[in-house]
Amino acid sequence: MRVSLVIGAMLSAVFVSLAAVSLLWLPYDITVLDIAGRLHPPSASHWLGTDHFGRDMVAMLMAGARTSIAVALVAVGIGIVFGVPLGLVAAAYRGTWLDEAIMRGNDLVFAFPSLVIAILITAVFGASAVNAILAIGIFNIPVFARVARGGALPLWTLDYILAARVAGKGRARISAEHILPNIANLLIVQGTIQFSLGILAEAALSYVGLGAQPPMASWGRMLADAQTMIYTEPQLAILPGMAIVLMVLGLNLMGDGLRDALDPRLRKAGM
Amino acid sequence: MSALAPCPSLLAIDGLSVAIQGTDLLREVSFDIAPGEVMGLVGESGSGKSLTALAIMGLLPDSSDMRGAVRLEGADLTVLPERALCEMRGRDIGMIFQEPMTALNPVHTIGAQVAETVRLHRRASRAEARAIARDRLDRVGLSHIGLDRYPHELSGGQRQRVCIALAIALRPKLLIADEPTTALDVTTQTQILDLLRDLVRDEGMALLLITHDLGVVAGMADRVAVMKSGQIVESDTTEALFRTMRHPYTRALLAASRPAARVAPSTVGAPVLEAHDVARHYGATRAVDGVSFTLHAGESLGLVGESGCGKSTLTRVLLGLEPADAGRVSLLGTPVGPEMPTAARAAQQVVFQDPYGSFNPRWRVADLVAEPFHLTGRPADAEAKVIAALEAVGLAAGDARKYPHAFSGGQRQRIAIARALITRPKVLILDEAVSALDVRVRAQVLDVLSDLQKRLGLSYVFISHDLSVVRAITDRVMVMQSGRIVEEGVTNEVFFNPQAAYTAALINAAPVIPEAWLDGHVGWSWA
Amino acid sequence: MIRALGRRALSLLLALIAASVVIFVMLQAVPGDPAAFMLGMNASEDAVAALRAELGLEGPLVVRYLAWISGMLGGDFGTSYTYRVPVAELVSERIVVSAPLAVMALVLSTVIAIPVGLIAAARRGGVADWGIMGGTQLGIAVPNFWFAMILVLVFAVKLRWVSAGGFPGWDAGLWPGVRALLLPAIALALPQASILARVLRSALLDTLDQDYIRTARAKGLSRRATVVRHALRNAMIPVLTILGLQFSFLLAGAIIIENVFFLPGLGRLIFQGITQRDLIVVQSVTMLLVFAVILVTFLVDLAYTFADPRLRRR
Repeated sequence: MRVSLVIGAMLSAVFVSLAAVSLLWLPYDITVLDIAGRLHPPSASHWLGTDHFGRDMVAMLMAGARTSIAVALVAVGIGIVFGVPLGLVAAAYRGTWLDEAIMRGNDLVFAFPSLVIAILITAVFGASAVNAILAIGIFNIPVFARVARGGALPLWTLDYILAARVAGKGRARISAEHILPNIANLLIVQGTIQFSLGILAEAALSYVGLGAQPPMASWGRMLADAQTMIYTEPQLAILPGMAIVLMVLGLNLMGDGLRDALDPRLRKAGM
Repeated sequence: MSALAPCPSLLAIDGLSVAIQGTDLLREVSFDIAPGEVMGLVGESGSGKSLTALAIMGLLPDSSDMRGAVRLEGADLTVLPERALCEMRGRDIGMIFQEPMTALNPVHTIGAQVAETVRLHRRASRAEARAIARDRLDRVGLSHIGLDRYPHELSGGQRQRVCIALAIALRPKLLIADEPTTALDVTTQTQILDLLRDLVRDEGMALLLITHDLGVVAGMADRVAVMKSGQIVESDTTEALFRTMRHPYTRALLAASRPAARVAPSTVGAPVLEAHDVARHYGATRAVDGVSFTLHAGESLGLVGESGCGKSTLTRVLLGLEPADAGRVSLLGTPVGPEMPTAARAAQQVVFQDPYGSFNPRWRVADLVAEPFHLTGRPADAEAKVIAALEAVGLAAGDARKYPHAFSGGQRQRIAIARALITRPKVLILDEAVSALDVRVRAQVLDVLSDLQKRLGLSYVFISHDLSVVRAITDRVMVMQSGRIVEEGVTNEVFFNPQAAYTAALINAAPVIPEAWLDGHVGWSWA
Repeated sequence: MIRALGRRALSLLLALIAASVVIFVMLQAVPGDPAAFMLGMNASEDAVAALRAELGLEGPLVVRYLAWISGMLGGDFGTSYTYRVPVAELVSERIVVSAPLAVMALVLSTVIAIPVGLIAAARRGGVADWGIMGGTQLGIAVPNFWFAMILVLVFAVKLRWVSAGGFPGWDAGLWPGVRALLLPAIALALPQASILARVLRSALLDTLDQDYIRTARAKGLSRRATVVRHALRNAMIPVLTILGLQFSFLLAGAIIIENVFFLPGLGRLIFQGITQRDLIVVQSVTMLLVFAVILVTFLVDLAYTFADPRLRRR
């Protein structure tokens, strides 16, 4: 399954580099509206045509990639920074009130679909990309806490942990030195999955108007704008959708490939 | 099956070779089993004995390449289509496996699982199949267990009986038992072996008994084949094989499996580790219930008991990882417990059973061995000390740079001993430290341990379920049952003249090779 | 078993209470006066005061919280400021669209996923497995609302098989209602079916590595019979977990997809509530959604104990 790792990494790299380039340079300024040049078909000057405000679609897609990746990446970061320590603590203090409190807190967040969190946040603070990050990031915390705890629990029963305790090491030190390096693979794989889910969630939130606000470009907003014109200008809806699909596909393939590549157990076939 | 080719043997294996992905795992294996005969197949892990069983059943992995013939009553099973093999499995040949805890489907009742064998091969109504299942479960000694019980409600020994019941539900001509008692306690092992012996006699079944334990085959098998690296190196009737021991590998196996009793009890020094009336409770369960002992300098103290007797809990209390609920433990005069000063802990270290779970796979050997320096502070010459420790256990200085996966099970236990020795402890707790190793490797590790004890004046607490090992390495022994020490004394005296009924039961349960068969093999001692 | 379920029910009840506190406190934390916020910048002080009284914003926080909760328990979700009708009335009009949509999608995704996952596991490494793994990989990557737009483009705009959106209401009969929900349900179901099929496949493959599968084969069961009789039920345990989680995703997905098809469901209600600053609607509807998710979690726990005897009598 190394094929999926290579394809996935290549697809992801394309979008990440497009987003990186967009920070420094875009083929056209997307904040300038050109009503006269609206809805151009693809041409030499506009490879993918222009939208209903005359903005270049290539530039819009590149800027959209930047928004998607930034939102999803920061949201994954929030999940890892808060979730992993929580999960490690819960595992280290398994069965105590601390573990119970952390896990019940997780259940509580899981009871709110991320969209509901977003709805609450935007209802209070208004819609913006930052609030989309918060909504997705909060939902990521219990995900990483669960993965970290689930990965750590079987490790705590192993003899090398007991040996480290005999060597006088405390739970915090053991979590950092022995547990964390051995669940890193799990966290990397979960990170790619949450990254791709974050891209989908950002697109959905922007689509319903709870995410990035104009003039910030976003694939989800592009889809929302294109919806009313789907009868006459279907390409405006198809292009950003394809971008989302390819980006998410790339990340998922990479996650699968990483899981296989990082999994030391070589499973035998047959039964 | 075939009346045209009358054959004296029930099962004839002829030139069986198996390769998986280009690796030869079985080479030209041939042996016969006569109807009603017990054939023992003995070898160390990785010798190919389980693979032989799977090849007979036609259950090899898809990617394997098999040559040779497996004839059941003259008919070659290797050429049969899958459908015919399905009809044969369970009806003509039954099989039981090593791990009874996982061999039964957790979501079906035991009655349904036994009845399934019946309904699969025979037109039987649900009620008839249940009646047969009841009868078979009664036969394996589970008459007090209802058909509607689930596997997780039964003990390991009971589950293995269920596995036997479903394997013999249709009275197959051959039963294959792959390490059927290895995962069980010694007293349970005796009961299961007795059951298998009775079944062979009463039902006229043949039995292919696969095991690593020479003692088990000596008491069970009519004939024995010894397997090494995918080949049968020697095969004979059981008594003849033990009496002659033609092949050096057989001799080495036997020597390693019978370590000599410890000859010279060391002189007793000052007390180093003392336990006074130690107790540890989990809720209403008294895991450890009033244990007292004194370990002296240079002494080896054995702790013997079956699973669940409380020896693991006692180990954690002795190591100061768990508090004692009552009583006290002291190490060189310092009270032992979770709050003890780290520097004091350095006087006592531990070696665990599992050579594969003992090391963080992401650390180099040098860092693994140096970990206990956390207790004393890392000395300036730490690297030299690590290398000295590795060399003391028979490893090379260059091994310090490697990761643990580069080592075999026996080498890993040496690394674990090196790690335990790095802080120059007085007391070493050896928690089933050699139980997971093959006999020959076990003998080598035991050599290392007794050599280190002589040189460094170490005291050992040697915890094991294996009586022969305890006998070989300890001066005194304690027998533990249900959290209490039921007998304590000089090892040889306890073994020759056990006082507690439980000790006697344990000693009698251990499978042994009749001494008379071994006359003339005087050179086999490992010591 | 009953005691374990009772404990679980109690813990979910606590989660419900905690969730209601979180929702309540968050919406009380809206900067400034909620009433003024709802009326906008130019509202007169009298209007604000009147609204505050009407919304029950006077009095201590705890009293207002208890009033809201006891009202919800009695079916009184408050009064919408925008529509000037009880929120309960709005919700009951809308839920008859959203709930059938989510249930249709859940059923559809399960019905698709189980055979697909079984085939992939049975043909591990074969052409069918590769095809299914590739197809489901794509299915997971497709955002459901975009897929919905593509479905509209193909089936409503190009082929004209179904209408592009809107909902005739159940009064128009069962079939027209179902037909209007069909495309949205498919759009919701396919990505979820992809996830479910993959989970089932990997759970089946894990189960097929277990010792008891070897025991079953040694009894004489064929590969197929082993999968159906021994692997499937054990593999359903992780599948149930995902099914429970999916309900929460389907609910969220349904809310979004209502926008594509102009369906008058809870999603439209809640977004209108946000844009029109009708906070009492947002508060009550989010609480209802959270309640639905927690209820489904409990049902999944119940299903666990039926699937796995090890969880009984504990």
